[in-house]
Amino acid sequence: MIEIKNISKSFNGRKVLDDISGVFRDGETSLVIGASGTGKSVLLKCMLDLVSPDTGEVFYDGREFLHKSEKERIDLRREMGVLFQGGALFDSQTVFQNVKFPLDMLTKQSEAEKRDRVEFCLKRVGLEAAGSRMPSEISGGMKKRVGIARAIVLNPKYLFCDEPNSGLDPLTSIKIDELIQEITQEYGTTTVVITHDMNSVLSIGQNIKFLYQGKKIWEGDSNSILTTHLQELDEFVFSNHALKQLRG
Amino acid sequence: MFRKFGKFLLFLYELFTRRESLKVYWKRFIDECMMIGVDSLLIVCIVAFFIGAVTCVQINANLVSPLIPTYIVSNIVRDMMLLELSSTFMCVILAGKVGSNIASELGTMRITEQVEALEVMGINAASYLVLPKVLAAFVMFPVLSVLSGFIGIVGGYIAGTATGIITPEQYIYGIRFSFIPFNMVIPIIKSAVFGILIATISAYKGFYTRGGALEVGKVSTTAVTNSCIAILIADYLLAELLT
Ligand SMILES: Nc1ncnc2c1ncn2[C@@H]1O[C@H](COP(=O)(O)OP(=O)(O)O)[C@@H](O)[C@H]1O
Ligand SMILES: [Mg+2]
Repeated sequence: MIEIKNISKSFNGRKVLDDISGVFRDGETSLVIGASGTGKSVLLKCMLDLVSPDTGEVFYDGREFLHKSEKERIDLRREMGVLFQGGALFDSQTVFQNVKFPLDMLTKQSEAEKRDRVEFCLKRVGLEAAGSRMPSEISGGMKKRVGIARAIVLNPKYLFCDEPNSGLDPLTSIKIDELIQEITQEYGTTTVVITHDMNSVLSIGQNIKFLYQGKKIWEGDSNSILTTHLQELDEFVFSNHALKQLRG
Repeated sequence: MFRKFGKFLLFLYELFTRRESLKVYWKRFIDECMMIGVDSLLIVCIVAFFIGAVTCVQINANLVSPLIPTYIVSNIVRDMMLLELSSTFMCVILAGKVGSNIASELGTMRITEQVEALEVMGINAASYLVLPKVLAAFVMFPVLSVLSGFIGIVGGYIAGTATGIITPEQYIYGIRFSFIPFNMVIPIIKSAVFGILIATISAYKGFYTRGGALEVGKVSTTAVTNSCIAILIADYLLAELLT
């Protein structure tokens, strides 16, 4: 379980995150949704301590993260897997080396063990044949898959995905969403997914937090999101007129 | 201005904190030596050869006097190559190649969140990515400099003897005439310093890129201009110190 408390962050005097608190539960895919530029990625980076928030605390299963010593933070980070927006694959390395990278850097496993683990992860995301390709040679959807494989290679307890389906066609998007959902259930990870894609909201949203101009103004699940009457949420959810008419 | 310089110093400090294992650095160091050194060999050889050749021809053209012995031509070619051309001039050229390469590589890694991906794994990205580059520049620039000095003198020899400006015996005599061994050390010291300057400045620029592809382009241009300015200032200071 991840708990965040009163996170605020300003850039050059402009408030990007305003006093955000909330809980992300184990074995569940929690979504953070909102329009572009509302600070979703900044919130994620605050939780990972890539950006230091001005105020606030983050607890991983009760362990405070941001104010720990460097070493303790590094140890905790090894329990996290992150899929960045574009995949963030190292473009000088092959797909196989990308997935193997965390094992090389952070574990003392033998080459054979590492190879088995990488092959297992690549297979899990359906890319067992692409190991020798370079990131520049594979499609956007494959990059995200490789990103997921790299994020889960160390068996993380916490999985973070920043817009896992941005820039993908609807079908590929859904496949990626399903993959994340399956991994969450199989390994019981605490999964945080950032998205602005209504398809994923409706299909994998067990817990949804809605950000609007840096504030969390709504929280619920994929059933209640359609029935709630909140103007800002309505604008986001029913930006599509056809959907609006469906609701009547 | 001062704040930027402070940030630069903090960046340098960051390189030496929280290091990874030596084995990791060794592998990265060899890769960077390949990129900085081996990939620059061709351009260094071509430039040095022609610089040496042109220097030889130009000096001869401007020194026509029966009072001056011909071997002075190769004598001057030697000193110019060793004291300025093989280090300062070469490093300005290399700043364009190596500096822009470092800045755009790191800039791209930053804007595509590869740097963040490293940090999330608990790796000191600055140290992991930049320190091997700085060390590789420190080692490879002197090598390239010595090579370019040698090639330049050979270039002068070929141009001089082929055009009949100077005989091979006179050229060799000029090269050995009033030779100061310390002058061999000067280009090594200078290019090592310039190599560190180029690598750290370009890495700093690239590492803190914000924005998108356009900014990566801008950053690699400023990396090159800033490196060149730093080289010229350092050249002046080193000239005061070493001679
Ligand atoms: N390092 C930074 N410096 C200044 N402003 C930033 C920085 N990172 C993000 N921002 C700003 O914060 C706002 C929220 O960004 P972001 O979290 O990326 O939005 P999104 O919800 O689309 O992921 C944007 O307006 C962005 O310009
Ligand atoms: Mg974002």
